[in-house]
Amino acid sequence: MDILISSIVAGLLIGMALALVALGLTIIFGVMDIVNFAHGEFLMIGMYTGLFTAQSTGMDPLLTLPLAALVGFLLGVLCYAGFVRFLLRGPMVAQLLGTFGLMLLLRNIALLIFGSEDRALHHGILVGKSFDVGMEIILPATKLAAAGLSILAFGAVWLFMKKTRIGKALTATALNRQAASYMGIPAERMNALAWGIGVSSVTIAGALLVNFWSVNPYVGLLFTMIAFAIVALGGFGSVPGALFAGLVVGLITEIPGFWDFLTLAFSAEWMENVPMTSFKYMWVYVAYFVIMVVRPRGLFGWKY
Amino acid sequence: MDKMLLEIENLVVKYGGLPVLQGVCLAVKTGETVCVLGSNGAGKSTLLRAVMGSQRATAGKIIFEEEEIQGSRTEYIVRKGIVYVPEGKMLFGPLPVEENLLLGAYILRDEKAVARNLEFVYGLFPRLLERRNQPASTLSGGEQQMVAIGRGLMSNPRLLMLDEPSLGLAPLLVDEVLSTVHSLKRQGMTILLVEQSVREALDLADRGYVLQTGRITGQGTGSELLQSDIFRSAFLGI
Repeated sequence: MDILISSIVAGLLIGMALALVALGLTIIFGVMDIVNFAHGEFLMIGMYTGLFTAQSTGMDPLLTLPLAALVGFLLGVLCYAGFVRFLLRGPMVAQLLGTFGLMLLLRNIALLIFGSEDRALHHGILVGKSFDVGMEIILPATKLAAAGLSILAFGAVWLFMKKTRIGKALTATALNRQAASYMGIPAERMNALAWGIGVSSVTIAGALLVNFWSVNPYVGLLFTMIAFAIVALGGFGSVPGALFAGLVVGLITEIPGFWDFLTLAFSAEWMENVPMTSFKYMWVYVAYFVIMVVRPRGLFGWKY
Repeated sequence: MDKMLLEIENLVVKYGGLPVLQGVCLAVKTGETVCVLGSNGAGKSTLLRAVMGSQRATAGKIIFEEEEIQGSRTEYIVRKGIVYVPEGKMLFGPLPVEENLLLGAYILRDEKAVARNLEFVYGLFPRLLERRNQPASTLSGGEQQMVAIGRGLMSNPRLLMLDEPSLGLAPLLVDEVLSTVHSLKRQGMTILLVEQSVREALDLADRGYVLQTGRITGQGTGSELLQSDIFRSAFLGI
């Protein structure tokens, strides 16, 4: 029972952070219909930003979040204005290959500057601390903080999209680009804004994740794939969908824990021998595959 | 003579090399209601989309209030005062009716003016007030057309362009929508109307143009058009 509950808790905690990772992808896709393969690389940049700022200034990693957000926003706007804008004039395949190229570029720049070794944070008020909430459930403080702050950031973006004039214009552009332009909403500026917000939300997620996840230049790919699965599951362009699907995918990554629970429950020896942890992320892609076959527009999507 | 609000001179639009508009000339004076009649595929919607800048003009001029606007961005043209109510309504489906209307006032910064316009639209279409919190996509076709027109009115347009407002509506609703257009006209709104329902459009408009395969083939007042041979052969089949 303890394994079951702690797996659920762990799944939900990581799910909240994953939802924030996917948020940026779904916003960019929703507004511009562009699939951003470089999404995970922006997460990596957020992780390095958090890591190096914390290490060089000695301040707590959690205080680096505003800087990560700023770096992400500027980087997003820059990528749009200097690169993606031109891709939009080309065919769909140019956009796919273009962001794929951006991914390779960012990854290799990181490799050049930071080297290929894993780096991890070893200091910070939360690193290494944990809460024992009883029933043998131990919550690492870093994960708890990352989950809470992810939800906070997620909520802030959601409120911005729902309540502010600019945010509403962004939502309208995502819903119907042509109609939004007939309202006098400037399409180009909305694209740049989508990239700014989309990238800054994923760099925030990176600066949160680096508290308990080591970073190297290749870390992005895993998260790109997970974010794709979340966005597909929740529905392309849907903000609430990203949150819900993030939690679902978080739980899916805890399938090995559930497996252990069942192994104990049935005390089945053959189950013990299945190397479930090796297949941890496989289930995410199985879910991705199933949703693509059964309901391609996702649970909350309005496109496709 | 009244001042020209919109002048279109020798407008040419091509889709992938194929000409859709082949030198269209058209003018709308301030306070006038002008209709463009034509069958499916004559280029009516293309004409309005070219004015909005969402369809690139190959040649020709579009002059609004003595300023050439061909090649300008859509958002600039909207700010200049031209509002386009597109065919097929193009609502923001999942958003509530009132949110749709308020987005129509995006270019207005003055909140009092927005509130005043909202009140005006609800006065024009009381049914929208009842349904203000419903997602726009859950409304009937006629009500959606009301949202589309109301949304267009929210920014105090100087020229209102309506693209087939009666398309796909039940006859009773066609009357309702067109009588609203009529009351807007009486209040002094300048309207450029594109329609397939010839009789209704001519009843409403001060003047009309006939657009056939990308060319203006006739123009005049309603009664003049109804008498002319080209018009009778094009639309009435006699």
